[in-house]
Amino acid sequence: MSSSSPPTTTDEFIKGLWRENPVFVQVLGMCPTLAVTNSAVNAVAMGLATTFVLVMSNLAISAIRRFVPKQVRIVTYILLIATFVTVVDYAIAAISLPLHKALGAFISLIVVNCIILGRAEAFAGKNPILPSLADGLGMGIGFTGALLTLGVVREVLGMGTLFGVALFPAAFQPWVIMVLPAGGFFTLSAWMLVFNALRRRQRALSEPA
Amino acid sequence: MSGLDKTLLVSSSPHVRKGRAVDRIMFEVMLALLPAVAWSLWSFGLGALFTLLTAIAASVLAEHLACRMVGRPSTVRDGSAMLTGLLFGLTLPPGLALWMVVVGAFIAIFLGKALFGGLGYNPFNPALVGRAVMQATFPVAMTTWVASTAPERFTRLPSTTLAWPLTQPVVDVVSGPTPLSAWKFSHQATDAADLFMGSTMGSAGETSALLILLGGVYLVGRKVMGWRIPVTILATVAVVSGALWLWDPTTYASPWFHLFSGGLMLGAVFMATDMVGSPMTHTGVVLYGILIGVLVVVIRTWAGMPEGVMYAILLGNALAPHLDRLIQPRVYGTTRKGKAP
Repeated sequence: MSSSSPPTTTDEFIKGLWRENPVFVQVLGMCPTLAVTNSAVNAVAMGLATTFVLVMSNLAISAIRRFVPKQVRIVTYILLIATFVTVVDYAIAAISLPLHKALGAFISLIVVNCIILGRAEAFAGKNPILPSLADGLGMGIGFTGALLTLGVVREVLGMGTLFGVALFPAAFQPWVIMVLPAGGFFTLSAWMLVFNALRRRQRALSEPA
Repeated sequence: MSGLDKTLLVSSSPHVRKGRAVDRIMFEVMLALLPAVAWSLWSFGLGALFTLLTAIAASVLAEHLACRMVGRPSTVRDGSAMLTGLLFGLTLPPGLALWMVVVGAFIAIFLGKALFGGLGYNPFNPALVGRAVMQATFPVAMTTWVASTAPERFTRLPSTTLAWPLTQPVVDVVSGPTPLSAWKFSHQATDAADLFMGSTMGSAGETSALLILLGGVYLVGRKVMGWRIPVTILATVAVVSGALWLWDPTTYASPWFHLFSGGLMLGAVFMATDMVGSPMTHTGVVLYGILIGVLVVVIRTWAGMPEGVMYAILLGNALAPHLDRLIQPRVYGTTRKGKAP
């Protein structure tokens, strides 16, 4: 991306996927990242729920950004975010009750996910609707992808399954630690190690020697 | 000599150095472990032999790979990885599947040591890091103990040892409880003499308190290791468990049972004394020993698991730098609060 021209809507979408990935670069939203990635299904569900809230709140906040007094903006943002979280909460309960039980309190906790308030404050509150939509969607998909990378590793090693399908013969020995909280930390740091190494190599290649 | 044109290096102790390199220390410690290793081979036979050899080989390989990955010269030759592997192997149940031993050894070296910067930078004892992760990863396999001095131990491997990688080991060997789990879960005491000599079940290298103590005495005699850490840990365990036992002998185990069972001897003599993970000052070391000793008795008595030496030492390692900061020696010429008088 050249620094001379202003970023396009496509740029706003793409940056959340890799260059400004909310989990691996901004290191935001660690609570759901560590807590609900013990299986790939949980990870994807949490990612999609967060993406929905992120897109909707970015849209709404961007739309009303000119009318909200500066002093009460955080309250307004949180109120909007909480509304969309309630929608997601009921939607998940209607679609799949077991999934709703598995995610538990972490659905309601999307309200306090700092990615969402972070994007509201850093982007949607200052930018028009279309870039805000692209920003929310990119960040949401980047978040979902990051959660999926963790969920896949933890489910395959911790239970021998992927999306609930058994990958190994019955004699497989599960790595119990992977579904425990400690496994979340180990997997997150291992991926971060890999992605930082990749990013460093990418930077070394793009810069002239 | 005019000191004005010289830059003086102000540093904390040690100031007097002896020409004794890392490999020399590692060799002495391994020598001190020999009696315990020999006893382990005698009482558990081929199972212990394969466990120990695999643990050592995998640790050395992991160390070599870790050095390669960051482009440093390989530090395999200093013997520290070998010692870590040996200690790690000694803490494992002798029938553990070999693929699990390899996984654990790699975790011990990568997570416990290489990620922090290698030897001298590891805040925790690498062997115990490996064992702690293994304990949480394969809780069943890590608490399946083979019988001590089984008649066929020199001719046949425990069936669990040769499980295919990633598969569950099939248990057909005679297994049973360790003295600690027998006490914890069915309240059966084991004879203290058996514990002291080592004719009980348990991890490969933890069973004989006597032989481990011998190794410890050798190390202290050779001045490779200070006596304060093991002595404070053992004394604290004796005092705390003794007080509980005097209060109610039917509920609480006797102090000699605590002293001679489980991994306490191996931990106090060879693990807690890790030069990197323990505090630097004499006072700090004593506090560290008391902390570990109290934690051992607390975990064994009130926690859900029968043995707590590993977690006690890891917690002690975590607190060691803070103990050092707490007990900074007074700089000469200043008051206790660090001001000039």
